[in-house]
Amino acid sequence: MSNAVTALNGAKSTGYVTVKEAPLTGMITLRGTFASKGFAKMVKSVFGTDIPEQRKVSKGPEATVLWMSPDELMVVCDYAAAQDLVAKATAQLGDEHALVVNVSDARAVFTLSGAQLREVIAKEAPVDMSQFEMGEVRRTRFAQIAAAFWLEAEDHARIICFRSFAEYMFNLLKNASQPGYEVGGW
Amino acid sequence: MSTRIQTGGRLIDRTKSVTFKFNGRKLQGYAGDTLASALLANDQMLVGRSFKYHRPRGVVASGAEEPNALVNMGEGAFFEPNQRATTTEVFDGLTATSQNHWPTLEFDVGAINTYLSRFLPAGFYYKMFMYPRAFWKHVYEPFIRQSAGLGKAPKQKDGSDYEHFYAFYDVVVIGGGIAGLQAAKTAAAAGAKVLVMEQTADWGGRAVVDGAEIDGASADAFVAATVAELQAMDNVTLKTRMMGAGVYDHGYLLGYERVSDHDPSLAGPRHRLWRIRTAQIISATGAIERPLSFAGNDIPGVLLASAVRDYLVNWGVSIGERTIVVTNNDDAYRTAIALKQAGLSVPMILDARKSGGGALAQQARDMGIRVENGKAIAKVHGGKRVTAVSICDQAGEGVVLDTIGCDAVAMSGGWSPVVHLYSHCGGKLNWDAEQVMFRPDLTRMPTNQNGQGFVMPAGTANGEMSTAATLADATARALDVVAALGKSAPTLTAPTAASEDAAAIEPVWMMPQGANIKLRMKSWLDYQNDVKVSDVQLAAREGYESVEHTKRYTTLGMATDQGKLSNINGLATLSGALNADIPQVGTTTFRPPYTPISLASIAGSARDEVFQPIRKTPMQDWHMANGADFEPVGHWRRPYCFPRAGETKAQAVEREILQTRKSLGLLDASTLGKIIVKGPDAGKFMDMLYTNMMSTLKVGKCRYGLMCSENGFLSDDGVVARIDENTFLCHTTTGGADRIHAHMEEWLQTEWWDWKVYTANVTEQFAQVAVVGPNARKVLEKLGGMDVSKEALGFMEWADGTLGGFDARVYRISFSGELSYEIAVPASQGRVFWDALLAAGAEFNVMPYGTEALHVMRAEKGFIMIGDETDGTIIPQDLGLNWAISKKKEDYIGKRAQERTFMVDSKRWKLVGLETTDGSVIPDGAYAVGEGVNANGQRNMIGRVTSTYYSPTLGRGIAMGLVLDGPDRMGETIEFPKVDGGSITAKIVDQVFYDKEGTKQDV
Repeated sequence: MSNAVTALNGAKSTGYVTVKEAPLTGMITLRGTFASKGFAKMVKSVFGTDIPEQRKVSKGPEATVLWMSPDELMVVCDYAAAQDLVAKATAQLGDEHALVVNVSDARAVFTLSGAQLREVIAKEAPVDMSQFEMGEVRRTRFAQIAAAFWLEAEDHARIICFRSFAEYMFNLLKNASQPGYEVGGW
Repeated sequence: MSTRIQTGGRLIDRTKSVTFKFNGRKLQGYAGDTLASALLANDQMLVGRSFKYHRPRGVVASGAEEPNALVNMGEGAFFEPNQRATTTEVFDGLTATSQNHWPTLEFDVGAINTYLSRFLPAGFYYKMFMYPRAFWKHVYEPFIRQSAGLGKAPKQKDGSDYEHFYAFYDVVVIGGGIAGLQAAKTAAAAGAKVLVMEQTADWGGRAVVDGAEIDGASADAFVAATVAELQAMDNVTLKTRMMGAGVYDHGYLLGYERVSDHDPSLAGPRHRLWRIRTAQIISATGAIERPLSFAGNDIPGVLLASAVRDYLVNWGVSIGERTIVVTNNDDAYRTAIALKQAGLSVPMILDARKSGGGALAQQARDMGIRVENGKAIAKVHGGKRVTAVSICDQAGEGVVLDTIGCDAVAMSGGWSPVVHLYSHCGGKLNWDAEQVMFRPDLTRMPTNQNGQGFVMPAGTANGEMSTAATLADATARALDVVAALGKSAPTLTAPTAASEDAAAIEPVWMMPQGANIKLRMKSWLDYQNDVKVSDVQLAAREGYESVEHTKRYTTLGMATDQGKLSNINGLATLSGALNADIPQVGTTTFRPPYTPISLASIAGSARDEVFQPIRKTPMQDWHMANGADFEPVGHWRRPYCFPRAGETKAQAVEREILQTRKSLGLLDASTLGKIIVKGPDAGKFMDMLYTNMMSTLKVGKCRYGLMCSENGFLSDDGVVARIDENTFLCHTTTGGADRIHAHMEEWLQTEWWDWKVYTANVTEQFAQVAVVGPNARKVLEKLGGMDVSKEALGFMEWADGTLGGFDARVYRISFSGELSYEIAVPASQGRVFWDALLAAGAEFNVMPYGTEALHVMRAEKGFIMIGDETDGTIIPQDLGLNWAISKKKEDYIGKRAQERTFMVDSKRWKLVGLETTDGSVIPDGAYAVGEGVNANGQRNMIGRVTSTYYSPTLGRGIAMGLVLDGPDRMGETIEFPKVDGGSITAKIVDQVFYDKEGTKQDV
């Protein structure tokens, strides 16, 4: 475990919005039939929350569950806990047709903090940030790469992308949040 | 001369002077000036030379429609050609130079072309430069390139930044004149989320210049009050210096914001391209005045009447001391009146209409201005500046009645609504014969994805010419938009303005009506591209009846101004020459952008390190620190080789191969695709995906497999590992990972939606290292933690375990022919694992190797490579891979296609090995020639090289290639001509050059 490092070693930039690479984060891909009682029960008992509605986030005490598609969820949790949670979920699903994979290492996670973070996202992602609400998650693109993001607070957002693109994502966000690059009044 | 007058200038701040440079000369202007107004204030009327004849050209307009005043702006990294002086705000330190002149603006050698103009008519290039053929490349083109063209290309990398911004609105109003503001107010009152954009720095548009009265107060007061009102509303965004550049399907709209063009000292991006989605667009873009076509209408000092008024009212600049006004409508009288009120001289107003003008004409007369009805300009005198005007009857052929000295001419041929944005998505126009203009036909509006109109013209842009009608129309059209949104607006009292008693405009397309050819050859339609009335008439005589063809033949309207001034006059001239009505001839198509936008704004922030996403493996930093030479593979940059000091790349590759075959090599294989396929139907699905039988693969085993497209062509290959009864892990090529994952999902979602299979792309979850060479096992045993012996982990098997404390999945597979393990560890530990392997391998002189060594070693083993042996037209059977195609399966993707006649044709070229007879290396892509020639007289081809390398292991050139009847011709030699002459002969051999029995990998 001590061998594990993030893609950018916690890189940080302080512009009019602060961009930081988050520490190692647990991530689990869940695929299954949302309507199935067994699957819903597993999500509830292992991750402590319900299956989120379309494009929504549901929060348990130790895990956040993101809606990814009509048959796919992403669980965000403590890095160290991921493997155990995968095992628990797999065991509980038994013979039910589903897929549970630990993908904690496959992605890079970034946080944006600052009052104007919506505007920084709107420079890279084709999303109506004036309407985007807490509790929503959006799979979209940031400039040329796939990504997903959600708000943890009005001034705090989390963005995930594939690990190999970490440097590109960081530079995008850093450039967009340089002092003097504010859009304002939109 | 043009000069700054003592008072006036509503946009300038006379307390703040700015210094700028034009052609090296230091000049003074005021804050609020455009470059054009500041140049004119300094009597710099001459601003450039025309494109073809190098005629002296001056400012003709005051806004986005300007064709002449294009300058080179800035220097070095901030240099930009073709910037319109009329839309460039002046700032302290601005540097500009004029374009298209040599050696100087005042004395230009190319101006000789004007005397040759009768030899340079429309279509001259097409006629002249056809023959002799060879002359084009060596004589004509270099000459034309030297003499034609406008601004220079920048030499340095752009020093400014740019970015995009995504925004969403219910209604976007384009144009901040009285119509736009009134429409925005109406839409905003209904609760719509509104953006209003104005391309200049100031609100109000023409009405404030013309001194319109609204609700009994000045237009200025109305504009200020409305802007304040809009600013106070939460649902309204107001943006100046932002142009509506283009309207696209699905309510997509580009807003081009010039953030710091007016003050480059500001931090931040220079331009910001707003990528807007909106339900409705209101195009309140006003109108553009048309020039009149008379001889000498391009001489500096001849301006649009509205521009003369703009310079006077907005910037306190007079174009001349004595201005002759020439018109076919009432609006130009406003210019005469304004000039007179400013104390300037207006010797005469020439009104081409026999019956003359309305109330404004009377007002002018009352002020003592001489008004001549039914009169026209026969000719403008002057070279670099207007000196006099000859007068004639409009109805005649140009017999001069009188010549009057003057230094400026203000012309007005009527107004054309700016219908560009309305037209971008297919909005249709009607010819309004009464007002002599094309105006939007609201029954044929551009429609959105629901078949609903979504670009609503309002005010003058909709063909309403009086203040009262403009305001009423803006309100009504905004209410239409509100209704289209399903909203309703509270009852608003629409602002009112006095009705105007104006006389009707009369169409005047040539001045005088019967102008002879001499006059027509000096009557310009398109200033920037030097197209004259005579050119369009010639095109018509030569059979160019379509306006689109005439446009291309004469280049009318094809310059950077896209014919904003010339289009209507040009097509009216064409319709006159064709004796057809204007609506029959029609207009050319309006296409985005409205005016040119910077290419950099389109690129946005995509430059330098974020020009393109570069994917990096967890070990990338090590590769970079250790001098790797990279090659692009998809978005990855993989090490091609690791040259050491003093080594060439070829030497490095050779060293890496020899050391791997002799002892130990490491390859960063993290980029290989890894896709999990899981479910009760996974076996069935795998059998359909791959040509071989995958469902029989035992848990713990690996199998090489081929994937084809529906059309039978080989698409990807890789090793499949069976993880458990329901789970497979598919390795794909590096470039194929995303494509194959999408391919799988497509089949699962569209065809086999009822199969119980889930996939997940886990490519990036793992760092993967190939540990290759006779000492591979030893180094793993040294790390310790799991049994990697032949007995415990046989060839083509995999196992989970730990190695040196790392959680690892170890595959015993080989792409090099050596004893080889591919080890996957969590990506976050990849770098440390790599370091651990290097440390443990030190005693074996471990060498990391790159993709080239990988390629050579696989070629020595006769393994195919997707993209080398395949090119989208190759089926597995061509490559002798029949052993990997199951005969037992009823079906797999591509099976049926592979049974079609041309796929089973025995004459398809087949894969063989090639051994050069002299040991040299066949050039990449070489073709083998056969006997005889084909129908085109070319040598017949009998094969081509697909992979060719120098093999350090064998000390000679080896290759694989596709050859006609190849496998049946073992031992024969074939000939590969070289590009530089001579040829190489190669013997057809088995494609496995190294360790055919496979004993080295299975130890």
